[in-house]
Amino acid sequence: MAYNEKVIDHYERPRNVGSMDKNEAGVGTGLVGAPACGDVMKLQIRVNEAGIIEDAKFKTFGCGSAIASSSLVTEWVKGKTLDEAGTIKNTQIAQHLALPPVKIHCSVLAEDAIKAAIADYRTKNDRQAAE
Amino acid sequence: MVKKSNGANIDLPIYLDYQATTPLDPRVLDVMMPYLTTKFGNPHSRNHSIGWEAEKGVELARKQVADLIGADSKEIIFTSGATESNNLALKGVAHFYGDRKNHIVTPVTEHKCVLDSCRHLEQEGFKVTYIPVQQNGIVDLDVLAGAITDETVMVSIMAVNNEIGVIQPLEEIGALCRERKVFFHTDAAQATGKIPLDVNAMNIDLMSISGHKMYGPMGVGVLYVRRRPRVRLKALITGGGQERGMRSGTLPTPLIVGIGEACAIATKEMGADNEHIRRLSDRLHDGLTSSLGDIFLNGDREKRYPGNLNFSFAYVEGESLMMGIKDLAVSSGSACTSASLEPSYVLRALGVDEELAHTSLRLGIGRFTTEAEIDYAVECLREHVNKLRSMSPLWEMAQEGIDLKSIEWSEH
Repeated sequence: MAYNEKVIDHYERPRNVGSMDKNEAGVGTGLVGAPACGDVMKLQIRVNEAGIIEDAKFKTFGCGSAIASSSLVTEWVKGKTLDEAGTIKNTQIAQHLALPPVKIHCSVLAEDAIKAAIADYRTKNDRQAAE
Repeated sequence: MVKKSNGANIDLPIYLDYQATTPLDPRVLDVMMPYLTTKFGNPHSRNHSIGWEAEKGVELARKQVADLIGADSKEIIFTSGATESNNLALKGVAHFYGDRKNHIVTPVTEHKCVLDSCRHLEQEGFKVTYIPVQQNGIVDLDVLAGAITDETVMVSIMAVNNEIGVIQPLEEIGALCRERKVFFHTDAAQATGKIPLDVNAMNIDLMSISGHKMYGPMGVGVLYVRRRPRVRLKALITGGGQERGMRSGTLPTPLIVGIGEACAIATKEMGADNEHIRRLSDRLHDGLTSSLGDIFLNGDREKRYPGNLNFSFAYVEGESLMMGIKDLAVSSGSACTSASLEPSYVLRALGVDEELAHTSLRLGIGRFTTEAEIDYAVECLREHVNKLRSMSPLWEMAQEGIDLKSIEWSEH
């Protein structure tokens, strides 16, 4: 199967690979997928006091398209507010990377990862606000 | 062409997919060529010398194949390949004996064409018992013995597994089948010319052979059909009654002299081939296991054809690894199913965890593999496994001592 050049580019030069301290107050972590399904994505965001995503990091176990999808969304979420980032749709990811039908689930997982990271950040900060 | 630091030149990509197909041995092509040009006759033309010449080529090839497996020339039926041979063996025998015996026994790790032939027979009303294999991929003889009933017409067990390379105990299986008076068919596509096979010593009644898995041409195969005691079968392809009525159709002379020569070369050189392949296999195995942790060889280490090493590289997904090692032509399992996202059913049958099954690669070594190629492959795999692990959340969690099984994953 031939890969799209954007997928290859993200696979060979993945953006924002890494980890943040998940216990840090400004950090939201999303961990989605399952090893048994062959895809696991960890996406982390650091949110500043203005509610803007300052930085994003990912680590992914999965095929080239899964790696590319997560790498791409780390680029896209940076500089966005949480609400803006929450509007990123899997169809946009799939379209940008020209994913074939068998790889659409990779873009779905990347969307889930953003949502999970945002939700984690909000739960953490709501809890802190309540204390 | 890449110049290596030690001065050796290697051509890229490196072919490490010898289970999918093998390159044609140039000596085989030399023998085939005249039959594609001047000796173009129809081997069934009985009225002129051009036909007789082609027939002579076919009959020599029949003897060359027979000699490799200890059979008689009359027991060799030419087909289009191992898939047809397996279909003919299973359906042909089942259809001939079906009114008396209607049960077949086969392991779950067989090639798709055996399993699919069985499925078709089931739809026709035959009964099939799919026996499990042990964790090392080998059939348990007691389980096999327990699965054979008075209704059983045939046991079909492959000689060397295409995905994991394990060798089944053919002699013991053959003895058991003979004792219980059931036919023993073996799919020897991955075994012929690579391990010693003797249809009489092993009590094999039917054997499938493929040309292009043993340095012969694609598009030709063989079904060995025993004459004493006689095995009968109902043809799948009817017509002019060629091949003793078991397989009609004009024989493709160039392909047949090709598979014949491939067998003749294997008869002469199997020992030397195996020594070469064993040495490179050990080099690859030791090179990988000494430099990378958490990698697992699938299938028995000893009872295997050394030209097949199937490894799971934990925490690294197989498809992404293949994308990285693009200078190595390898497979994540069997080529027939590599379009599917499901992990290998063979590895699952061994009890390999689904997550590990997603991390497996099959590395195939053959007659033309070189030491420089193996060293390049080890380096390339080491680099990319380490790179992908550095970006794998599972590797990170494992390094932190988190038990991945303790996490509630969201299955999707």
